Amino acid sequence: MKLLINGQPHDVDAPDDMPLLWVLRDLVGLTGTKFGCGMAQCGACTVLVDGQAIRSCVTPASSLAGKKITTIEGLSKDGTHPVQLAWQEVDVVQCGYCQSGQVMSAAALLTVKPQPTDAEIDAAMAGNLCRCGTYQRIRTAVHRAAELSKESGHVA
Amino acid sequence: MWRDHVKASDVDLASGTPSPPNPALEGEGLERRAFLKTAATVSGGLVIACFMPIALRRALAEAAPAPAPKTVSPNAFIHIAPDNTVTILLKHSEMGQGVWTSMPMAIAEELECDWSKVRVEHAPAAPEYAHTTFGMQMTGGSTSTWESFDQLRTAGAMAREMLIAAGATKLGVAAADCRVENGYVVNGTRKLSYGELASAAAKLPAPTSVKLKDPKDWTLIGKPTRRLDSKAKVTGKAEFGIDVKRPDMLVALVARAPVFGGKIKHVDATKSKAIPGVVDVVEIPSGVAVLGQHFWAAKKGRDALQIEWDDGAGATLSTTALREEYRKLAATPGMKAKVAGDVDAAFQGAPSVIEADYEVPFLAHAPMEPLNCTVAIGKDGCDIWTGTQFQTVDQATTAKLLGLKPEQVRIHTTFLGGGFGRRANPTSDFIVEAVNVAKASKRTVKVVWTREDDIRGGYYRPMWLSRFRAALGEHGKPVAWSHTIVGQSIIDGTPFAAAMIKDGIDGTSVEGAADSPYLAAIPAHRVDLHSPKSPVTVLWWRSVGHSHTAFVVESFIDELATAAKQDPLEYRRALLPADSRELKALNLAAEKFGWGQPLAKGHAAGLAVHEAFGSFVAQIAEVSVEDNTIRVHRVVCAIDCGPVVNPLTVDAQMQSGIVFGLSAALHGELTLKNGRVEQSNFHDYPALRIPEMPKIEVHTVASTEKMGGCGEPGTPPIAPAVANAVFALTGKRLRQLPLRLA
Repeated sequence: MKLLINGQPHDVDAPDDMPLLWVLRDLVGLTGTKFGCGMAQCGACTVLVDGQAIRSCVTPASSLAGKKITTIEGLSKDGTHPVQLAWQEVDVVQCGYCQSGQVMSAAALLTVKPQPTDAEIDAAMAGNLCRCGTYQRIRTAVHRAAELSKESGHVA
Repeated sequence: MWRDHVKASDVDLASGTPSPPNPALEGEGLERRAFLKTAATVSGGLVIACFMPIALRRALAEAAPAPAPKTVSPNAFIHIAPDNTVTILLKHSEMGQGVWTSMPMAIAEELECDWSKVRVEHAPAAPEYAHTTFGMQMTGGSTSTWESFDQLRTAGAMAREMLIAAGATKLGVAAADCRVENGYVVNGTRKLSYGELASAAAKLPAPTSVKLKDPKDWTLIGKPTRRLDSKAKVTGKAEFGIDVKRPDMLVALVARAPVFGGKIKHVDATKSKAIPGVVDVVEIPSGVAVLGQHFWAAKKGRDALQIEWDDGAGATLSTTALREEYRKLAATPGMKAKVAGDVDAAFQGAPSVIEADYEVPFLAHAPMEPLNCTVAIGKDGCDIWTGTQFQTVDQATTAKLLGLKPEQVRIHTTFLGGGFGRRANPTSDFIVEAVNVAKASKRTVKVVWTREDDIRGGYYRPMWLSRFRAALGEHGKPVAWSHTIVGQSIIDGTPFAAAMIKDGIDGTSVEGAADSPYLAAIPAHRVDLHSPKSPVTVLWWRSVGHSHTAFVVESFIDELATAAKQDPLEYRRALLPADSRELKALNLAAEKFGWGQPLAKGHAAGLAVHEAFGSFVAQIAEVSVEDNTIRVHRVVCAIDCGPVVNPLTVDAQMQSGIVFGLSAALHGELTLKNGRVEQSNFHDYPALRIPEMPKIEVHTVASTEKMGGCGEPGTPPIAPAVANAVFALTGKRLRQLPLRLA
């Protein structure tokens, strides 16, 4: 099947029911997208499809032909997406395993809500679990990312 | 808790120099010697191995399957490259707790290197990286900072002195006329970079004693310092165990018995082998492994296995029956963990006796990264890539399994996507299993657990029952106290049993209860223990015994305050020793929260204070209830952990511990029926999500007292603080976790 991942075309040999998560991780070699639950409960596998956050663990890759898939590796060239910068500034991460998914969900949120309220952040990020408990800093960092986006004129 | 069970002693090169109190330095029979080994690396850089042999063999080290370090090793903590990059080899495992940053801070403080040039790597498994108290390489028990604080600062100071000596020689001046500054050896207007000097410094004899900096001169320790692993973790570049890829590697999933203690009766792998991408199916002691070209093939292959299991005695197990058994046991005398005075006599004729039972369930650790382990067995040994907290045990266990020497088992520690104790297993379960799959299949293999495997895979926080009786005397103060604890021992049956079980009592079962600070004020008290056995495997879960004892003791103390018609804060103030660190933490939390001041309508507050792992934590929770759902709005936390290395770490770890504890307090419960665990994934074993996140404020007691830990002590107080707040609001005393109003 043909997939467009981070702007690059990929031709992968995968069964039709193979979730995008495993295509990314085991066939394409992009391991930044994480496996946490396999049933769209934890958000660790979040990627963007045409700019929208989806759970790649339950999305067959075969359903995404012709769509633009963006993973954590493709969010920016060098970790300078406003969300990535804000995450570093606020010192959000702990173990870091869920953070690829958190960052992708936050990036998707900011494209539709450039200045989200706490409630909007909570609603948009509710699908992303963090067992380390970084939620408070995530809220702070999303606000900071919104500021950075505004300052830089960044369009996610 | 471990500190209580192991005699701490260590050696220190810094005798006579001011340094914060370190528990590792206390104890008897100190042999104040240290050995230093330097070695030039292939890149010509400087390597310092600061190896401090433990004079007294630790009881724990003796019990551990691996030998305690005896010889000097060429491995190292510090590597300075010609380009001035300073690479710190981290002996601890980074699992979110921040050692990747705070431990290098301790080294860099003395090394006086350029912090922006510091890089970190996990050290290999080797004797010189052993825990200074426990004698084995491990990360756990909230010990990392205090156990290595002096060791790492000393290593940094040694490297600094050698660089100064090399610089002085090169400049043709006396070492005493040189100083160091941000990665340079400076003499007057001339300076040489560490990178230029590293190679020469490595050839010099190591100093036999070094002077550590006066704490007042610290420029890095104690300063809020951002994490060094952030960028890798927000760009997807950080490598976790599950991300490891080796040449010709297959991915395996293992079908394990659905009942604890179950065995395979018959396997039919025909359908499994027909799945495209499935390469092999092998039987191993823990089940049936399906090896595939990728996870999805292995998963489908495992789903297609037809296995007949012999459930064995575990088939009838249920948590309902277990609870009944525990209640019956609680009515009988247990093993005495703590006794003072004549307890039975003190209860006789007491005007007011309060009784209560508390119960907490089995819990899974559920780290975000499911367990996994990659193994390649070669001619000269075995390579293991995994996120582990227990390198020495894993290495020794694997060596025994494969008939190798421990040093032939090379453990490559990756980042851990959470640990919480699950990745520190005395049986090395997930490593042994992966080694067995590699051995049986003769393949390089990555074994990956699904979330269902994790939730149903055992090694849980034990289920506990606590039965209390207390008699109140004058001013409502308790005069008699009886606390019976029932639950499985974590240590029983492990190599640590000889060292950590005394007179039948597993210290981890009663920590926080038998040594409760309230007991000193109660003339007659007794804490006894029943340790029933069950096929369910149990393990330390963030804060271990404190995860239940803080809940029950702090809830019951609240009940006594209610019975005595006293304010919960004042009641505790009257019972806790006046100069206690508990009281200092409690007072700070109360002040910052504004205890006693009016709250929003429909809100109420509850508090708890508890010592765990050498740190004293008080928390006050503000809650409301809507449609029987408990909502926690705000938590004020105060901690006395002694001197702080990185305030950002303490703050993050308190928040982290609170969230972990809240997940358990509000949601966490595993139940068994017909021997099967009824939950399987985050939909029925929920964890706290961001909409439930309270505002958390962390305050630190300015303290020069003994250094404690931060990884776990934030967890215990939150459940009782919330339960006490719910009581204050509703008048309902919730004595079971998770807390449920309906």
